[in-house]
Amino acid sequence: MASMPSLKSREIKIVHNMPISKTLPFWEGLKQGKVLATKCKKCETLYFPPSADCPNCLSSDMEWIELSDEAEIETFTHVVIRPTSFQQYKPYTVAIGRLKEGVKVLAWLTGFKLSQIKVGMKVKLTAKITPEGNPTYAFTPFEEK
Amino acid sequence: MRKVAIIGVGNSKFGNRNDVNLTELAFEAVKPALEDAGIVAKDVEFMALGSVGAGAWYAELLPAVVAAEYCGLTGIGLVRCEAACASGSAAFLSAYSVVASGQAEIAMALGVEKMREVDTSTAMEWIGRAGYYIWEFHNFGLTFPAYYALYASAHMAKYDTTEEDLALVAVKNHKYGAMNPLAHFQKKITVDEVLSSMVISYPLKLYDCCPMTDGSAAIILASEEKTKELGIDTPIWVAGIGYSSGTANLSRRKNYVGLETSVLASKRAFKAAHVTPDQVDVAEVHDCFTIAEIMAYEDVGFCKKGEGAKLIREGQTEIGGKIPVNIDGGLKAKGHPIGTTGCSMIYELTKQLREETIQKSRQAPLKNYIGLAHNVGGTGHYCYVTILRR
Ligand SMILES: [Zn+2]
Repeated sequence: MASMPSLKSREIKIVHNMPISKTLPFWEGLKQGKVLATKCKKCETLYFPPSADCPNCLSSDMEWIELSDEAEIETFTHVVIRPTSFQQYKPYTVAIGRLKEGVKVLAWLTGFKLSQIKVGMKVKLTAKITPEGNPTYAFTPFEEK
Repeated sequence: MRKVAIIGVGNSKFGNRNDVNLTELAFEAVKPALEDAGIVAKDVEFMALGSVGAGAWYAELLPAVVAAEYCGLTGIGLVRCEAACASGSAAFLSAYSVVASGQAEIAMALGVEKMREVDTSTAMEWIGRAGYYIWEFHNFGLTFPAYYALYASAHMAKYDTTEEDLALVAVKNHKYGAMNPLAHFQKKITVDEVLSSMVISYPLKLYDCCPMTDGSAAIILASEEKTKELGIDTPIWVAGIGYSSGTANLSRRKNYVGLETSVLASKRAFKAAHVTPDQVDVAEVHDCFTIAEIMAYEDVGFCKKGEGAKLIREGQTEIGGKIPVNIDGGLKAKGHPIGTTGCSMIYELTKQLREETIQKSRQAPLKNYIGLAHNVGGTGHYCYVTILRR
């Protein structure tokens, strides 16, 4: 069907400027090796990803809390077929881990062979900087090989 | 609220439809739906359109407007509904509500999607953003198969569901797709073919995933009075609709072995329709990925949690089994034009309940004349469950 006659639409390039003023400590924290969450000062609900407002009690009086670094893997996937903007990377693994504070984190899972990864295993949550210089966070093995 | 009936349905051929543009594709569903109902475009008072890719995977930004003009519907009440892959069901609810509340006598729900005007990796780029963009896609490059793969890994770990079990869903749906002339894929496949297909996002492989499909479906709804006045032979009644939603961040979900939004929407639909899961004769469930169909069996209530794989292994969801599911090929083989799917599910159920499926071998045996459509948007972000009764 690729041979069907068609017209090319006009080209559009889209880059959005996404405001991070209210969660700036989170992005700054990653650069200092910390993964930060917000906690509502009024009702004590903990938010990760961090939230500037509390939908539980409607307060916006939040404090920044550093999360513990031990997580238990609840699930994972190894992404082979990547979208356009991730084509330059090798296939990557992403997992969701639960922290003892009760919140869960979705992050890279690095340092394991796919066959070694098991639901329920303990991993370390680490803030880091990507080779391109962007702050990010990942689950890694506790003992370095 | 008034009783509302389905009086006309239409469904285009699904597939790679680069032979038509968005509006021409819409016409392929609207024309047969109007003819089926025995009415003309001027009789329709309101139209809700389900479509997701406006300006993204197809060029038009206001699809409801261009489709309405092309189909002669200009002047009527018009809206586009977005509920990701459940947009068609959201459009159905909108059209239903307009009639049920007495605002209109006749309304239409139209689903239309053109997914193949961009290349596959660009489509994956857009669809991968259908979660929480910043926390899941921007940071970690999750794709749509990856979101469901997270559920597959957890379900396999907790309930010993295997990759072979997932493959059985694909094999079943391709079997029925091969019997449906409207389906995108009309060929049978084997478990070995599924298992040896390339990994897309572990543990999901190519044949665990629905294709990128173009297609349209239209449903015409009318009040009880209008249905009688038009002398409709076999009206199919909307018995109940249930809906719910799930958190944007998958990390905020309780677990990854089922979709809570499916459980809640199903309970609400059964309550509204005064029906129980065992009374359903034929079901359409949201099988965008094979794991999604297994979770749907459990979440809708066709079996207990954790027993979905057993249901497919025993062939209970084939024609002749306990509850035939996706016997039109499902999203997996019939195809999944995202905003169209909800309306296409209703199209199939209407044909089944009227006992007028194109191929008789694909007709489900009917005892209670009750059908159920379970339509999930995103990865359990939205869910609509619609129960129909003849
Ligand atoms: Zn609070």
